[in-house]
Amino acid sequence: MSQQHTPQTASPNVGLFITCLADMFRPSIGFATVKLLEQTGCRVSVPEQQTCCGQPAYNTGDRRTSAEIARMTIDAFAGYEYLVAPSGSCVGMIKYYPELFDAEDPYQQQAQALADRSYEITSFLFDVIGIEALQQQLQQLTIPRTVTYHDSCSGLRQLGIKQQPRELLKQINGLQIEEMTEAETCCGFGGTFCVKYPEISNRMVSNKSEFINGSGADTLVGGDLGCLLNMAGKLQRLGKDNPDTLVEARHVVEILADMLDTPGIGEQDVRRLQAASSSADLSADLSADFALGTELKSSAAQSETTR
Amino acid sequence: MDINTPFFKARASEALQDANLQQALGNLKQGFPHKRAIAVERMPEFDALRDQGRDLKNHILEHLDLYLEQFESRVTENGGHVHWARTGEDANQIILDICQQVNAKTVTKGKSMVSEETGLNDYLEKNGIQPVETDLGEYILQLRGDHPSHIIAPAIHLNLEDVSEAFHEHHHKPKSDDPVTLMQEAREALREKFVVADVGITGANFCVAETGSTIIVTNEGNGDLTQTLPKTHIVITSIEKVVPTLEDMTLFLRLLARSATGQEFTVYNTLSSGPRREGDQDGPDNFHVVLVDNGRSEMVGSQFQEMLRCIRCSACMNHCPVYGAVGGHSYGWVYPGPMGSVLTPKMIGIEKGAALPNASTFCGKCESVCPVRIPLPKLMRHWREDEFSKHLTPKAARYGLGSWAFLAKRPTLYKQFTRLSSWGLKLLANSPFGGKKGTLESIPLAGGWTDFRNMPAPQGDTFMQQWKQRQNAAQTDGESS
Ligand code: SF4
Repeated sequence: MSQQHTPQTASPNVGLFITCLADMFRPSIGFATVKLLEQTGCRVSVPEQQTCCGQPAYNTGDRRTSAEIARMTIDAFAGYEYLVAPSGSCVGMIKYYPELFDAEDPYQQQAQALADRSYEITSFLFDVIGIEALQQQLQQLTIPRTVTYHDSCSGLRQLGIKQQPRELLKQINGLQIEEMTEAETCCGFGGTFCVKYPEISNRMVSNKSEFINGSGADTLVGGDLGCLLNMAGKLQRLGKDNPDTLVEARHVVEILADMLDTPGIGEQDVRRLQAASSSADLSADLSADFALGTELKSSAAQSETTR
Repeated sequence: MDINTPFFKARASEALQDANLQQALGNLKQGFPHKRAIAVERMPEFDALRDQGRDLKNHILEHLDLYLEQFESRVTENGGHVHWARTGEDANQIILDICQQVNAKTVTKGKSMVSEETGLNDYLEKNGIQPVETDLGEYILQLRGDHPSHIIAPAIHLNLEDVSEAFHEHHHKPKSDDPVTLMQEAREALREKFVVADVGITGANFCVAETGSTIIVTNEGNGDLTQTLPKTHIVITSIEKVVPTLEDMTLFLRLLARSATGQEFTVYNTLSSGPRREGDQDGPDNFHVVLVDNGRSEMVGSQFQEMLRCIRCSACMNHCPVYGAVGGHSYGWVYPGPMGSVLTPKMIGIEKGAALPNASTFCGKCESVCPVRIPLPKLMRHWREDEFSKHLTPKAARYGLGSWAFLAKRPTLYKQFTRLSSWGLKLLANSPFGGKKGTLESIPLAGGWTDFRNMPAPQGDTFMQQWKQRQNAAQTDGESS
């Protein structure tokens, strides 16, 4: 279970750990996280020296590389009161950092200190900041959707995240939560697992898709982009012939931050399509993407870039 | 038993295509975990018991030699014999010797995973002694020349039709698909065997140091008949099964039954404390315990010591989504599922066993249900570390990891790389590979992913790029105002 910290200051100084997948595939998750943190009065920075949490190396058995990456991340987040990431899996990895150093290593203590002040976003909002700080904003939202929540493994079993995202979602008007069967069963992503054992992974994500579709929800919500990419990719492959009934996949922060103007994960971007069809030209296509990017830059411009 | 672990991937692939097996696995998934959940629900102190179980096992492992010695002297005092087997072959030899001393022709056997580990049945048969499995599941497997695919439900991979065929062929009775009739047939066939057997061999769930007793738990009662009817009773078990007292044993029995089948207690709990004494109504004349090491003492004090806490309840495999997808035979040796993924490489070597600790998403479900709180994912990760440090990790994965690590340690380069890749993937999504769908239906070199699911395309520029632009814009705004 995540331990509870009380913020030291009225406006905690939070370093955002963006996660490599969100950085590359879905920046909107980063912007939604920033928006939520700022709505609750946090000062948000994005340390430039971050890359990845080091999980691929750790889970492949390469301790040396994971320790090197851990050292870099520890340095990058040294001056922040909190590290917050939109992923239970990456925060779970940071919780392993202390194991990577010998007791004599000066980084050992720092690793422990970082692990202690690192949080997954919904757990940070609910357990550290407290739901009250966000309640008003959430209660003003009306999002008429039926969502089903997938409990990602590290978030659930390593960090004890179960109730936090659901309680936050429940504040939103018109939003229904329909629990799927086996919400807590692994979706089969598992980082490199899905590449090493694609057939087994496929069976797992096929089972999961059945449960998701069986829930009657129109939106699949989760707290980890890796799992969401896996499930969204499968739902789309399965729903190929019937796109109308496709369940849309979203990271929970996109809903909480009311940033639903972007297409669901892996869905076609209507604006991009329009831009593309008018010129059938790829550059137009890409500039449409760029426009989308600029749009996302609208909120809370007062944050500092890096320290 | 042959070691097929190196073929895990191919066997898993076959298992995934096998409709009967998939159905059986589906039933398993709905059965045991569900019953366990109810049993746990009914017992609020279950988690506290698990802590006790873990701590007690740790204590035992710290003093393993003492408890084993105590156990040995009690068995001897009771008139029995303890034999120490360093390897599986040693164990088989010891058992064969005992059987030959009493001129045994047939031996009845209760279920024992350790004897699967040593390959005892084949060994006895090769030496002219007929072993007969008496656990119904094991009996069916023996008729079919098959092996267990689960540690407490050995024939879980078979369906009624398989059983009916095997019985029809071996019992020479009209074919039946009525479970009660089949059960009756097995009972009759086994009854004869029980009566004529010269030796009874059982496993042991626990060995009690204070009394020199061994205990087996079954739901069929076959264990009782196996160990009381023949003149000689041989217990084959492994060194980590020793517990200090009878009371300690009851703690583990409570954890075991609930975790395994969701029962409060297993139906038959049979203790043996040596041969028949004067005036005893039944029991064997000779009582032998063969304590198998087979690599276990090496685990004591190593990073795998925690695995020796295992009480073979099967909860980890019952809840494992990978086991649930591919079944026990895919694992290619005696112990399947998460516990097997830690134990098997220890026994057959990581060179042959590496596929198993890699076949996990580290979802952690196994650890969350293990009654003695074995950190199975952590132990599997230790195997991957071992594999990596011995340079056994497949070349492609190693190079992939190497180039990723090179970038991940250099934030500036890394940003340029992510930028380029997200742009490249986006281009691809708009090419014939993607067909402007926002997802990629195939990516060169990423067939593992796109054979089965689409790859969502990146949204646009990376977060880092956009964030920087946003900060720059905010700065310019600030300056101009
Ligand atoms: S590892 Fe734990 S859950 Fe698995 S069989 Fe052993 S005791 Fe049971």
